[in-house]
Amino acid sequence: MQEKVLMKGNEAIAEAAILAGCRHYFGYPITPQTEVAAYLAKKMPKIGGTFLQAESEIAAINMVYGVASTGKLAMTSSSSPGIALKCEGISYLAGADLPALIVNVQRGGPGLGGIQPSQSDYFLATRGPGHGDFHVLVFAPASVQEMADLTGRAFDLAMKYRMPAMLLADGTMGQMMEPVTLPEPRDPQAAPDWAAVGTECKRSHHVINSLCLDPVQLERANFERFERYARIEENEPMWEEFMMEDAEICVVSTGITARVSRNAIVEARRQGVKVGMIRPITLWPFPKKPLLAAAGKVKSFLCVELNMGQMREDVELAVRCQKPVELCYRVGGMIPSPDEVLDKIKKMNEEGG
Amino acid sequence: MEAKRLTLFAGHYGSGKTNIALNYARHLHRQGLSVTIADLDIVNPYFRTRDSEDALRAEGISLICSPFANSNLDAPAMPKEIYALVSERAEYGVLDIGGDDRGALALGRYVPDILAENNYEMLFVINRARPLTRTVAGTLEVMEEIVEACALPFTAVVNNTNLGPDTTAEDVLSGMDYARAVAEAAGLPLKMTCADERLCGELEGRIDPLFPLAIQKLYYMLEND
Repeated sequence: MQEKVLMKGNEAIAEAAILAGCRHYFGYPITPQTEVAAYLAKKMPKIGGTFLQAESEIAAINMVYGVASTGKLAMTSSSSPGIALKCEGISYLAGADLPALIVNVQRGGPGLGGIQPSQSDYFLATRGPGHGDFHVLVFAPASVQEMADLTGRAFDLAMKYRMPAMLLADGTMGQMMEPVTLPEPRDPQAAPDWAAVGTECKRSHHVINSLCLDPVQLERANFERFERYARIEENEPMWEEFMMEDAEICVVSTGITARVSRNAIVEARRQGVKVGMIRPITLWPFPKKPLLAAAGKVKSFLCVELNMGQMREDVELAVRCQKPVELCYRVGGMIPSPDEVLDKIKKMNEEGG
Repeated sequence: MEAKRLTLFAGHYGSGKTNIALNYARHLHRQGLSVTIADLDIVNPYFRTRDSEDALRAEGISLICSPFANSNLDAPAMPKEIYALVSERAEYGVLDIGGDDRGALALGRYVPDILAENNYEMLFVINRARPLTRTVAGTLEVMEEIVEACALPFTAVVNNTNLGPDTTAEDVLSGMDYARAVAEAAGLPLKMTCADERLCGELEGRIDPLFPLAIQKLYYMLEND
């Protein structure tokens, strides 16, 4: 096992990508994710990898498409406004069934917004970031350790299911520092059997393309993709439960707000309130099963988010509106204090859950 | 420790400069000196000296930092008060320099005045637990980049090897050989080793000189169950 180091979340993503075997990064700087690029700019040239600062976010995502076509692990990173620019390219990746990692360290929006933390790209990430019917795998880390671990997991699943994956962190996750045990290094993988790496005149062409003018074929491709998505929804949801055994109120939160909520829950428990948390780690596929199971036990749910309540819709759908789903939120770069969350929990408790 | 009029803390980003600068300013203030702390970090808009502004003011320590720090504006600029602190020579100054060479670049404009007065300490903060400064060679590389960017040579090394809130006394002790080796390779004295004040009882007599740090609690840190 590797020795613990003290890292920023952004650095942990960068180092974990290298350790997973990624040797191709294309990006464009934007706060609060710039350390991902800065770290890789220093390290990639030393290990024979490619770090390229593109002329724009759009150029960067299309360079990712190019490398992904050859079956290699490719990544880009940005923050909210830059991710919006990449959406066309992400749709093309999905349409061509290409694996790639897109890191989004979210800041407040809409528009250029601010540079402080946010979770307001929840809809953008979970509803398919681009045009057409598709999904990307979405991971929401809540510690620097998870920034590292989920980077490797995102690459693995992107490659396994031939689709883009998004690491959806909030600005705090990118900037905060914590000790982390890095994963063991892996060598860059051999090209998979679909990669466009040259026929050497020995086989037919591997065509990587998102254009399909035959409606019969295009419908079939969409159906096939959604059969794959169904398998992912069955097998790949990740979540963590905290103090849920006897909980009457279930907090649902991710990233920095899950950490703030955890502190509030610890204090609420000290004061005798039966509250726990289900923390979704994958946002697509959304962990519907544990939430539906909890709906049979708890009196109510509380979503704590850095947006106007985007995840609440998924929680309401997951619990089939069997129980009320309340909301505690701040936006614009503001972060709820543990006391704000605690007050909301206590108020819900006094009102009978 | 006889204090110079200006004390500058520079190093790799994440090495702990801001926390040490805050504690060092308080240390000087406790000796009855009039102290101003200046945050020259134009790189990182998160987790800044400004987070401690109210506490510092209540204690009687002045703070200079970018008017944009902790705002939503990504337009870092140097406040004019830093010129006054450097050139008027009226009080003690603790300067928190931004991370790496990019952060140190902003210091360059004050260097002629600092050298002319020649009453300063330029301290290189190191943390062996940071991935790019785990080795002596990697650490010296960062040091050379900083000196090249700001043109102010270091006068001593400050060891701040730590793993964040979970640091143990053993973690601090395990960084001592590294710290001595960095200082020796750089041809500089090791001025002090910093440690979370809760560890100082255990470390007393084993590290000299030891500089205790009161650690600022940040909102993302987790409470124990």
